[in-house]
Amino acid sequence: MIRSALRAYPTLLRVGISGVIAYRAEFLIWILTTNMPLVMLAIWHEVAADGPVGRFDQKQFTAYYLAILAVRLLTSTWVVWQMSMEIRDGTLSAKLLRPLHPLIAYSAEHLAAVPLRFLVISPIAVILVLTAGDRLAVRDPALLAIFLASLVGAWLLIFFTMVLMGALSFFIESALGLFELWLAIHAVMSGYLIPLESLPGWVRQVAHVLPFRFMLGFPVETLVGLETRSAALADLGIQWAYVAIFCAAAITVWRAGVRRFAAYGG
Amino acid sequence: MAPTGILSDYRVIDVNDLSKTYRVHKRPAGLAAAMRSLLHRRYETVKAVEGLSFHIGEGERVGFLGPNGAGKTTTLKVLSGLLHPTTGTVRVGGYVPQQRDPRFLRLITLVMGQKQQLLWDLPPVETYAMNRAIYDIPRAEADATVNALIELLDIGDLVRKPARQLSLGERMKCELVAALLHRPRVLFLDEPTIGLDVSMQAKMREFIRDYNQRFGAAVLLTSHYMDDVVALCPRVIVIDRGHLIYDGDLKELVRRVRPEKRVTIRLSAAIDHAQLQAQLATMATVVSIDAAQAILSVPAARVSAVVRDALAALPVADLTIEDPPLEEVMRELFTAQRREREVAAEASR
Repeated sequence: MIRSALRAYPTLLRVGISGVIAYRAEFLIWILTTNMPLVMLAIWHEVAADGPVGRFDQKQFTAYYLAILAVRLLTSTWVVWQMSMEIRDGTLSAKLLRPLHPLIAYSAEHLAAVPLRFLVISPIAVILVLTAGDRLAVRDPALLAIFLASLVGAWLLIFFTMVLMGALSFFIESALGLFELWLAIHAVMSGYLIPLESLPGWVRQVAHVLPFRFMLGFPVETLVGLETRSAALADLGIQWAYVAIFCAAAITVWRAGVRRFAAYGG
Repeated sequence: MAPTGILSDYRVIDVNDLSKTYRVHKRPAGLAAAMRSLLHRRYETVKAVEGLSFHIGEGERVGFLGPNGAGKTTTLKVLSGLLHPTTGTVRVGGYVPQQRDPRFLRLITLVMGQKQQLLWDLPPVETYAMNRAIYDIPRAEADATVNALIELLDIGDLVRKPARQLSLGERMKCELVAALLHRPRVLFLDEPTIGLDVSMQAKMREFIRDYNQRFGAAVLLTSHYMDDVVALCPRVIVIDRGHLIYDGDLKELVRRVRPEKRVTIRLSAAIDHAQLQAQLATMATVVSIDAAQAILSVPAARVSAVVRDALAALPVADLTIEDPPLEEVMRELFTAQRREREVAAEASR
């Protein structure tokens, strides 16, 4: 099954990209809704005008929030909403009837959005290099490798988290509500709104062990030079351990859920 | 193309004592009931299918009939692996459907007239490309199948338009190509002609029959259009409220439930209505009558005598002898079954 899935994957990606292009207006509107890092950048930039906040001067804030914007655009998926809808209205049936694991189909659909997102983030990347290029740690090949691995890890971690939450729709009607709660915690604990080192001590300690940071803050901190090589490597290990845990949890909940699937309406 | 027979000589569909129950949340309408349901939810167990057993051989075309809520779609979903049976065993092509073995999924297709698998914003050719990859079909073989199906269904100019811009009938035809691209050997068709106009329905029936004969595929078909069933299915399985009430030859079912034949007499000259009524009443039961035509319900044994009398006594332009409409047969069957169940329930009290 894995071998035939691998053979099918390039076609799935190609069809997925056609789908993303068909939904280009929605895609662009979504991009516009992810402007919170720019708002936060404006605020913190002003705050740092009088002097650095911890390790963050104005340039560091610029580097941090532009990196947050770029990494978030690259790694986020909307599979939880899609799964929840397909489970509730029964359209998941079409995926279950094909000899391809639905989670592989979902992954291809969502990975297919990445190339178009690359196009969108390229101007952000150019601005990032022009305004704060000297703060980027990726001139160190080891850190660059860790950063790239952490990007993949972040995508997988977010994907499996969303699959886990989406699969809860097999059991409860309020899975999306639960996910909204998760998102609210994520906004604070991932470094999306505020750099984690600006949080009070104990909150920062908690944030460092929870999975949220490994979805966003960790790759960004690595990119903008806030992580040493050894710390980044250790964090990469933790991130991929989380990937394995969430992958196992997502598949377990999915399997249990499919047994309960009622295929109403579809 | 001759079917390559891994399925020959055994029951391709084998259903034994299948039951499926659902747990359904129930509450009355209104805000107060909605608030109460926040704290205390009431669930009800609904038996969709109960103790159902039947077998279907390779290449058979079987109609699966029953009123709304009889359990037809639930059964099809169990057979295609979407639902897990509550009790009982099901095998399709030797596989247990709910295990969703990829080899099983390559063997079957489920077409639901009210649902679609086509990618909504993309042309159907993209869905075909995706299915070709998923089913791991060599490109040349997939292209040949797609082209043959496109030609059969006459949809060459449709497959490059986004699916959302196609009419229901056009979409249904494109849907069939997607569902049959991997040449399944077992077809579960749930209302495949729903919403289609009469000529499109006829075309679809012709296509299903052709596919069945070409590939030796077993077909299990549900439809509320009895014309579909009459045209396609020599055998029918009838269920009501989850219970099997008939499994056998369609003609035998009609004979058993409505042994009378319909004799339609078209007249070449008008006859006084009262006189015609009186003449026909001596021959058989009059179903309907007007100036140009009369329809009689005649016991099978008396058909030749009635035809002889009619030809002798009336100016007959045309005369046809048919089974009563299947809709009437089914209605009578369900009514009789329900009456029997009520009597049995009354007696057991």
